[in-house]
Amino acid sequence: MGELRLMKGNEAIAEAAIRAGMDAYFGYPITPQSEVLEYLTLENPEETTGMVVLQAESEIAAINMVYGAAGTGKKVMTSSSSPGISLKMEGISYIAGAELPCLIVNVVRGGPGLGTIQPSQADYFQATKGGGHGDYRLIVLAPASVQEMADFVDKGMELAFKYRNPVMILSDGLIGQMMEKVELPEQKPRVTEFDQSWVTTGKTADRERNIITSLNLDPEKQYLHNMHLQEKYNSMKADVKYEMFDCDDAEFLLVAYGSSARICQKAVDVARSRGKKLGLLRPITLYPFPDEIISKLARQVKGILSVELNAGQMVEDVRLAVNGRIPVYHYGTPGGKIYSPDDVLKAIEEKLMGGY
Amino acid sequence: MVDIERCKGCEVCRVNCPTDTIAMASEVNGKGYHYAYMENPESCTGCTNCAIVCPDGVITVYRVKSN
Amino acid sequence: MDIMEIIKPENLVHQRTPLMTDATLSYCPGCGHGTVHHLIMEVVQELGIQEDTIGIAPVGCSVLAYDFMDIDMSQAAHGRAPAVATGIKRLWPEKYVFTYQGDGDLAAIGTAETIHACNRGENIIIFFINNGIYGMTGGQMAPTTLEGMKSSTSPYGRDHVKMGYPLKITELVAQLPGTSFVTRQAVHKPANVRKTKKAILKAFEMQREKKGLAFIEVVSNCNSGWKMTPVRSNEWMEENMFPYYPLGDIKVDGKIVKDLMKDLM
Repeated sequence: MGELRLMKGNEAIAEAAIRAGMDAYFGYPITPQSEVLEYLTLENPEETTGMVVLQAESEIAAINMVYGAAGTGKKVMTSSSSPGISLKMEGISYIAGAELPCLIVNVVRGGPGLGTIQPSQADYFQATKGGGHGDYRLIVLAPASVQEMADFVDKGMELAFKYRNPVMILSDGLIGQMMEKVELPEQKPRVTEFDQSWVTTGKTADRERNIITSLNLDPEKQYLHNMHLQEKYNSMKADVKYEMFDCDDAEFLLVAYGSSARICQKAVDVARSRGKKLGLLRPITLYPFPDEIISKLARQVKGILSVELNAGQMVEDVRLAVNGRIPVYHYGTPGGKIYSPDDVLKAIEEKLMGGY
Repeated sequence: MVDIERCKGCEVCRVNCPTDTIAMASEVNGKGYHYAYMENPESCTGCTNCAIVCPDGVITVYRVKSN
Repeated sequence: MDIMEIIKPENLVHQRTPLMTDATLSYCPGCGHGTVHHLIMEVVQELGIQEDTIGIAPVGCSVLAYDFMDIDMSQAAHGRAPAVATGIKRLWPEKYVFTYQGDGDLAAIGTAETIHACNRGENIIIFFINNGIYGMTGGQMAPTTLEGMKSSTSPYGRDHVKMGYPLKITELVAQLPGTSFVTRQAVHKPANVRKTKKAILKAFEMQREKKGLAFIEVVSNCNSGWKMTPVRSNEWMEENMFPYYPLGDIKVDGKIVKDLMKDLM
């Protein structure tokens, strides 16, 4: 068993980053994720692993620092919350277009605009459908516990380098701030030998110069580049991940991720104790989306409720996967309000079973 | 005159009073702050130092003008 | 003397300006924000321009400034207040427009907007409340945090080698021809409060006379972020902040009135 500690979600991300042999973290304060930056400056990993920690002048500066460092093949990350992530969108599009690996953590808060500091899941569209401009996709991992916050850092970096693509950890203020027991991974040494064929670290005599860019003025070239990106995104299906609770004999299905899933788990327990056959599918990768398993479950259950802390975002992907086979509804509380398991059960009664 | 419920007990008025008129009460207001009060009202010259330095604007100053 | 004799209306010498709302200020006890809020509203009241004044609130502790100032206000994204102000002032040149910003807002994320509004010489007032720390988000380092000063993201003290030097943005913008009045004041003592009020009055009068951009920095305390009592934080500010950020007028009527090179070193 690895080292056990009681930690906040945000702190777990920071500690996991150090242990994953992260090369650099560039960030900026914003509630509810400032602890990531604070923890790293306090731990001062530059003294132990040589990891660079820098508070940038803005979120835009931070993502561009990530772009620069990622272009040299290093393991780099940044974190922010909704309004700050919006600022990073241009930079993320550039990173995706130039095919650079990196990790971006979004501890989502209620919006839109300056919004609130309470948790929310209203950045689902932004994370999975783009946010930035152009035909690009991010791999999106959705933790539902402090342990997953820690685990997804190394996992995320692994996927980032496997596909040479930016990866987003889509968390929320609840998980970022809550404290749970975490089993921390072993310290990985920072990578010194890596594939330098494509990185900008200085053109040596044995190779052509490397250019990191997302610019392609020749339309034929840009078309081919985009087709290559699409092929890459399609191949990511191999890394889809999800978790199922009580789905084997379920008559109705809840689909929820992150904090939502935790609340829905309780709702399933209560429903089962009352003899109702309710199940929960928890997507862990939001992109690639687990549409195959949802499509399969749609042949078994009578209706699906997509439960989210927003006004209805993931429900659209659920509907696409179900393709009209059975009714799909949304229940959620946007703007930072958090619903209870009882609220979920009431919504099921009203929307799903009421129809039968 | 101090608006006792608005006072946050920061003591900035007390240290800027040139005649040591102000002290902090041993009682607390509804928010738990030791509010400012005139411990030596006779010493007050109505200079308004306390009022203008108060971040919450809780002090109103009266001065009897000698004709 | 009987107290009822004293508190007669004709004896009233000072009271809280009615242009501050009834809401209790959300700032920490002793925080300079409150004092500056009151001064700005007093000046607006005395000039009788409440109907023609629009303020822009930043992101930071004073994001809620619009709950306390009884004027029309717009809340800007972090650092963008000078751009928001430009949008308003260009369409309504006869109105009085001011931004109210903290050190992170104005000198970190908002550096470009600050410099360019100053460079264009927008006919607005920029209020810059400099307490060398990010208060609202929990006490992180700011661009104006002093060398060696501790914060939640410089827990061992600011080290210029890794984090850069404290930024003297006021001296920088004073060099732009678009700024006409640049001054640095404080509000921790009555004499300073009176000087700051004079500066604010001058700035509003300048705006009426279309004399360019007025940039008023108020060096202020942050007892919560600095982890001190309010009284001690004002003392600490005098001992540590003022030597690096010296008080006084830097530029008046478009002319620099200080030895800037000495201050920038």
